[in-house]
Amino acid sequence: MPKILTRERLVPNLHLIEFEAPEVARKCRPGQFVIVMPDERGERIPLSIADWDAGRGSVTAVFLSVGTSTRKLAALRAGDEVPVFVGPLGRASEIGPFGTVVLTAGCFGIGALWPTARALRAAGNKVIAVIDAKADYLVYWKDRYLSVCDKVLFSSRDHALGSGDFVHKELDKVLEAEAPVGRVISIGCTYLMYSTAQATKSLGIKTIVSLNPIMVDGTGMCGACRCTAAGKTKFACVDGPDFDGHEVDWAELFMRRKSYFDDEIRSLCRFEETELP
Amino acid sequence: MAEEKKALSPEDRARLKAEFDQDWRKDLRKSVPPKERMKSVRQKMPERPADERNRDFKEVNLGLTAEMAREEARRCLDCPTSPCVTGCPVYIDIPAFVKLIEAGRFVEAAWKIKETNSLPAICGRVCPQETQCEEVCSLKKTGGSPVAIGNLERFVSDFERLEGSVKVPPLPPPTGKKVAIIGAGPAGLTVAGDLAKLGHKVTIFEALHESGGVLIYGIPEFRLPKAILKAEVDYLKRLGVEIRTSFVVGMTATIEDLRADGYEAIFIGSGAGLPNFMKIPGENLVGVYSANEYLTRVNLMRAYDFPDHDTPVFKARTAAVIGGGNVAMDSVRTAKRLGAERAIIVYRRSRAEMPARIEEIHHAEEEGIEFQLLTTPIRYIGDEHGRLRAMECQKMGLGEPDASGRRRPVPIEGSEYTTEVDLVVCAIGQSPNPLIPQTTPGLKMGKWGNVEVDWTTMATNLPGIYAGGDIIRGGATVILAMGDARIAAAEIDKYLRR
Repeated sequence: MPKILTRERLVPNLHLIEFEAPEVARKCRPGQFVIVMPDERGERIPLSIADWDAGRGSVTAVFLSVGTSTRKLAALRAGDEVPVFVGPLGRASEIGPFGTVVLTAGCFGIGALWPTARALRAAGNKVIAVIDAKADYLVYWKDRYLSVCDKVLFSSRDHALGSGDFVHKELDKVLEAEAPVGRVISIGCTYLMYSTAQATKSLGIKTIVSLNPIMVDGTGMCGACRCTAAGKTKFACVDGPDFDGHEVDWAELFMRRKSYFDDEIRSLCRFEETELP
Repeated sequence: MAEEKKALSPEDRARLKAEFDQDWRKDLRKSVPPKERMKSVRQKMPERPADERNRDFKEVNLGLTAEMAREEARRCLDCPTSPCVTGCPVYIDIPAFVKLIEAGRFVEAAWKIKETNSLPAICGRVCPQETQCEEVCSLKKTGGSPVAIGNLERFVSDFERLEGSVKVPPLPPPTGKKVAIIGAGPAGLTVAGDLAKLGHKVTIFEALHESGGVLIYGIPEFRLPKAILKAEVDYLKRLGVEIRTSFVVGMTATIEDLRADGYEAIFIGSGAGLPNFMKIPGENLVGVYSANEYLTRVNLMRAYDFPDHDTPVFKARTAAVIGGGNVAMDSVRTAKRLGAERAIIVYRRSRAEMPARIEEIHHAEEEGIEFQLLTTPIRYIGDEHGRLRAMECQKMGLGEPDASGRRRPVPIEGSEYTTEVDLVVCAIGQSPNPLIPQTTPGLKMGKWGNVEVDWTTMATNLPGIYAGGDIIRGGATVILAMGDARIAAAEIDKYLRR
């Protein structure tokens, strides 16, 4: 069974987890994801790949501890094993010479967008990142971004870092200052990606988002992750996860992500009552 | 995608004849006159009461007793033409194993089946015998009911397992040849078993975390208990087959990578893992599932045991399952077991055209499943939260036969009506999974997204690469996949020894 090499809390509720997975590490490309089951009774949960090291034979993800299976994952330690670790899944992000690229990232997306930032820089782009967080202590990997970005801006609601604006307000300013911007790429919660796509729509800047619907198998077999892009039903696991943010039916995505809201709460209550020490 | 029914090869004929001519068989034939054999009636499979079994996931059929099995085996006339064998996609020597049962030699009967079929406990449960071996049984031709070949197959394989008599046949010295099999479903498991018995080093690469393919994610516990599947997979492991789960060929490694790793031959058995939808309004509402997702949640992820297992599944008051095949029957019976007050099959043709096995339709009816035939959904209606609340249906009439030979459903204008539902499972078929075709340059594809093969050898256009099962057929059956697999295994063996 795949072994955990590192598991650490980056900031409250956000964890880094590094798996021993030499075969997967050889194949990873920016924008792809893995599916992990924390234990035999867990869900198969998709995690964006935040880093990999082919030499060390490892793959890293950053995840938000939010439901039962992610809480179980957050409780694991180096040396523990998980029954399922499979990947890399999904299509890799397009890394082209785009000129100036603006990234917006928040939450687990700060980790998930890191390989893309690195690759964009290597491909000769001017890379500007806007990192969104509720408060400054929720920002991680600042140094990593500073090492590959031409500019890193922050929007934290506590005004401690940068402006106190939401990401789209900050984005408006950046897009104006940095025009022409060749592409915007966004990973984070659905609302962050939605607001990013809204902010760029009138400017006609191609905006790529990494969709995060509920998945089961992750190989196109079940269709749980259906979403609508340009009026057509797509499977995020094999047709994505990257889509053109201006083509996505956001209302449907928000709605489908809430499919099991009641069950998730019930599961979590049971987990906290019976399995937490 | 269909192929011609093949005649028995001269070698197969010789094999049957040698068994047929054995003295004990001659004596057994003479011991009871055919007229007397024809007098006794077909043994009915004991099953659990419908109103008890539709509330849990335990197996419906209980299996024949030893007395019943011998009684049933005695009905077989042991006719010299043995048409049943030609009706079997993997050419099991059916008269030989049936007569061994009559003689009370149950374990030998199981081994006889295993000479040509590595998964008899599965086939005895899920094969459509009524359209294969049993359809051509001589007893049926004389107007009686055919020998219950499937129930007998199930009986002996269960007997062998419960007796602890599962034996690994003597394996030949290793050939040193490595074969990669993609997909641990019925096709892949069969190829693996056959090639391991020929001395090759076989590795199966499976995308999911458990082996079995459709046998684990699709077919429910009440029709095929997981313990049975596990025993069959364990048997393959004892033959030396290695299974790498959570390995997605096409993503974790491509076919090219496997070749570079020294796999001289590759079998693609990746299945029909791409669910079809009807492309009607409201299909992405919360509460509309593909059958693949619904059954995967319940079977593979054990959502019936939520919250003791973390994966949830919707429990409906009124569940509608769209389709008339075995997958539709599995889905609707699952919905009933999960507590649906009404579980309804919505099928656009009439009962006569339903592709599901008759036994499954009967079982569904007994369990209180409703059938709305000659009906098709045209739109799903949701509430303000995007949750499914109702569906609009249209009645259908039957027109001229179409390419499948079945009468084509024709919509009746003005027959639309709306009915309340809170769960819909779309079980209208699957297409071949595109992951391997997309990542294997040069692999020749058919127009349905299927991998193209030479039907006599199961070879693809790429040397050393073979394919079988739903990846070449679209959605078919377990036993047809196994039939493809047997041909492919024999050809792969020839290829490796070329």
